[in-house]
Amino acid sequence: MNINLTLFGQMVTFAFFVWFCMKFVWPIILQAMEERQQKIADGLDAADRAVRDLDAAQSKVSDQLKEAKQAAAGIIDQANKRANQIVDEAKEQATAEGERLKVAAQAEIEQEVNRAKEELRATVAGLAIAGAEKVLEASIDEKANKAIVDKLAAEL
Amino acid sequence: MAGENPASTTEYIQHHLQNLVYGNHPENGWGFAHGAQEAAEMGFMAFHVDSLAWSLGLGLIFCWMFRSAAKRATTGVPSGFLNFIELIVEFIDGSVKDSFHGVNKMVAPLALTIFVWVFLMNLMDLIPVDLIPYLMAKAGVGYQKIVPSTDPNITMGMALGVFILMLYYSIKIKGTGFIKELTMHPFNHWAFIPVNLFMETVGLLAKPFSLGLRLFGNMYAGEMIFILIAMMFAAGAGGGIAAGGIHAQIFGEHTSFLFWLAVFALVCGVCWLNLKGKISTGKTVLIAAIIMTLSGGLFAFAGGLMQWGWAVFHILVITLQAFIFMVLTIVYLSMAHEDH
Repeated sequence: MNINLTLFGQMVTFAFFVWFCMKFVWPIILQAMEERQQKIADGLDAADRAVRDLDAAQSKVSDQLKEAKQAAAGIIDQANKRANQIVDEAKEQATAEGERLKVAAQAEIEQEVNRAKEELRATVAGLAIAGAEKVLEASIDEKANKAIVDKLAAEL
Repeated sequence: MAGENPASTTEYIQHHLQNLVYGNHPENGWGFAHGAQEAAEMGFMAFHVDSLAWSLGLGLIFCWMFRSAAKRATTGVPSGFLNFIELIVEFIDGSVKDSFHGVNKMVAPLALTIFVWVFLMNLMDLIPVDLIPYLMAKAGVGYQKIVPSTDPNITMGMALGVFILMLYYSIKIKGTGFIKELTMHPFNHWAFIPVNLFMETVGLLAKPFSLGLRLFGNMYAGEMIFILIAMMFAAGAGGGIAAGGIHAQIFGEHTSFLFWLAVFALVCGVCWLNLKGKISTGKTVLIAAIIMTLSGGLFAFAGGLMQWGWAVFHILVITLQAFIFMVLTIVYLSMAHEDH
């Protein structure tokens, strides 16, 4: 336990190491650590912000989705209505066309019947006249008898 | 290394406590001291080469470690090594912020240097006491104390460095207030100035002394216990008790180290067989115990176990002492910065 020059040797060494640490070690490491701390804090902030943004975006998306669904439902409704309308219109048209055809056919039938009646009447009148001619031969005044025959034919 | 008689035991201890000294001998001039006698004759004009070399080397290791960490310092993800360094730096930074309230860029790096350096110097205590002195003796160097903090020169050197800083900052920050603190405290009356001055000076001087001597005392005592255990274990292996006796009967006093190597290999082999699952654990312990008892190594084993136990406890001591030295430095410097 003897004190000697080693004491001063150690003091010099000590001073040198403290200087070295002060100049080349401590500030650099601490600065890096503080910067990293800042970076991490910023990162966490950004993450929080991102979560908030995400929430906002999600609600926006769901809103838009709702709107779109509503719009789609509206369009489908409209389309259905329009389709019904078209079907109705077509039905009406078809009915009307059918009616028209029926009327036309009836008219034609009536016309045919009338014409047939006319023809029949004319033929019967002719036949009656011919028959009467045969019966009465020339003695009969054609003009006087024609009225009677026409009257007869009209009654047919 | 230790003998059986008290004389060589004392020699063994003294040999372990003698530094490698380079100094100015009154008769022989500058040179290495041959023995404690010559070292003592050199007086103040001498260097403890081993203490200085180890402390310088450990300090350089500290610088290199932290400098390489500083070079790698990144704001990104730190690697494992950098993480470890940052853990220490953060711990020191926290300690400084807790107890130092002034503004001084020097205190934190100072605390870091003290903590790591003192820790490394103390750590040398955990290297088996005989190993390095033995190797150095083989290399031709007679004395070697590898734990710098068991040298009062080293611990007092650091404590004095801290003391100078304390004085410097006291005068710089307080100016005349420092003189007032020394003279008008604790009795605030001009008649008490001599009493106050005496008491305050003693109080002031006690700080570096307690700082340096506490570390020295703790480390010296720890080293001493390692030496004593080492002696006990050597005495056990060579002594005349039970197993040692059998060993001495069979192999004689002087055993070649090859014998110990063979025993070591044998025990390792048994353990290896156990690990491979060839023999049961109970058998392994039994066979190993028989081998060790026969070879007289059981006492050596017990000694080794004690060394190990003390070393485990000592890990706590060396860390604690490094921490105390650092904290007290911070506190003293903080006191130097506080104006009353």
